[in-house]
Amino acid sequence: MSESSGGVRGAEPPVGGWTTDELMIVNAARRLGALAAEGKRVCFVGIGLPSTAANLARRLYDPQPVLVYESGCIGSKPRSLPLSIGDGELGETSDAVVGVPEIFAYWLQGGRVDVGFLGGAQLDRFGNINSTVIGAYDRPRTRLPGAGGAPEIAASAGTVMVIMRQSPRAFVERCDFRSSVGFGDGPGDRERFGLRGGGPQSVITDLGVLVVDPATCELVMSAAHPGVSREQCVEATGWELRFSEPFGATTAPTDDELGALRRLQAA
Amino acid sequence: MAELTTLDVAVASNVHDGDTVSMEGFTHLIPHAAGHEIIRQGRRGLHLVRMTPDLVYDQLIGAGCATRLTFSWGGNPGVGSLQRFRDAVENGWPQPLEIEEHSHAGMATRYAAGAAGLPFGVLRGYVGTDLVAQTTTIKTIECPFTGEALAAVPALNPDVTVIHAQRADRHGNVQLWGLVGVQKEAVLAARRSIVTVEEVVDELPAVPGAVVLPEWVVSSVCEVPGGAHPSYALGYSVRDNAFYRAWDAVSKDRQAFSDWIDEHVMATAGFGEYRELVGV
Repeated sequence: MSESSGGVRGAEPPVGGWTTDELMIVNAARRLGALAAEGKRVCFVGIGLPSTAANLARRLYDPQPVLVYESGCIGSKPRSLPLSIGDGELGETSDAVVGVPEIFAYWLQGGRVDVGFLGGAQLDRFGNINSTVIGAYDRPRTRLPGAGGAPEIAASAGTVMVIMRQSPRAFVERCDFRSSVGFGDGPGDRERFGLRGGGPQSVITDLGVLVVDPATCELVMSAAHPGVSREQCVEATGWELRFSEPFGATTAPTDDELGALRRLQAA
Repeated sequence: MAELTTLDVAVASNVHDGDTVSMEGFTHLIPHAAGHEIIRQGRRGLHLVRMTPDLVYDQLIGAGCATRLTFSWGGNPGVGSLQRFRDAVENGWPQPLEIEEHSHAGMATRYAAGAAGLPFGVLRGYVGTDLVAQTTTIKTIECPFTGEALAAVPALNPDVTVIHAQRADRHGNVQLWGLVGVQKEAVLAARRSIVTVEEVVDELPAVPGAVVLPEWVVSSVCEVPGGAHPSYALGYSVRDNAFYRAWDAVSKDRQAFSDWIDEHVMATAGFGEYRELVGV
């Protein structure tokens, strides 16, 4: 991937600049902050990039998102980033800790979660996610960890946000395996499946932001990060990418945002 | 009636070749010491069950103890893939591993049904995913009251459930707290159970939010300090995140893995020796 002005993909941050991962995480935190301001505060968080962005949002925004982890932690306020969804830090800083059957049954299925925040190995144009296998299920080229909590998060959360690095291998025309449902094969499928949540409304990548077109249920590129061209977005997408009109640009991360993120990652 | 005994005796009397074995722990309180003892005693043909198979199941699978796995997420939490699990599924090494794959919500529902003495559990789940076509234990039922279509999954009733807890008293009453995962359901769903504990005490002081398993639902209780390592026991130890990171390289290579098992499990008499070896 070529360098973009200000950002270097996958490298250490240059002085006065930022990495594209930092752009992605900062923009995801902004989106969570905006959702919290709308009253959608309760966020069911996957480990890795979602957890980093959600914890950054907790430090930057008021009202803060309320972090829920599948290990049974409700209202976690970790002082440092957890490596796993079950680090002691998560449980010890939670408002409540419940059993795993309860977190899924009462809190997620019960409709108490506003935002489901997921990652994955593959994403298709209708926001379906693969976290199970690359290749055929019976003879996988790569066996991935599996669906975990994601299918029911994607089904039941009020809205779903996805954070993933954008590349042709990850952003595919059709997922090798559909672990979690976005909009299925297009308009009407979520209703047909009886899914109660709103499905994936936004995808934050290292190149920009995709949102769902309500008419077609297709993910369209709505904004690019500073220095990222439309061509770069097209090249990094395995389906025929459309752009929303007008096509926007995200604002450069501020010193406050970058400082908070770097302190969080160093803690 | 719980028997206070040593781990080798508890495994010998409760875990048999071909058993369905659940070793639960959601990142916290994972019964690693018991997993090592099962490997050391050379159990074969096990059907392993767990929501989040991680390092201890990687070790059991790589050591050839299991022919079947029922699960919902098999990875090295925060690090990446579970290499021995991958090798078994992708290449059939050291032997083919039959898998039965669910979601976390489905597995939790299955344990809860097992504990409740029901034949199946109900949830809103799976619909529209490719899991439905791959997993025969996911069915659809109609709600008799509303007519709504819901997912049904069969109860899980392991032959034996193995967990780690903070402490037990001398009667075998068990107390665990912090992230308690699905352990209560997994023990109550099982025919037999082994609980390893950090310490055996005269009295169990009350702890807010703690789960207590009375001695009459537990088969064997074994005092194994540090028995969750590299997982942890809240109040006694912290998660050894460096070990999880280092496991990736050890487990990527068949020979390096086998050497590790030989040195850390087969050549040690018990978990105390293992802890001395790894310096924890």
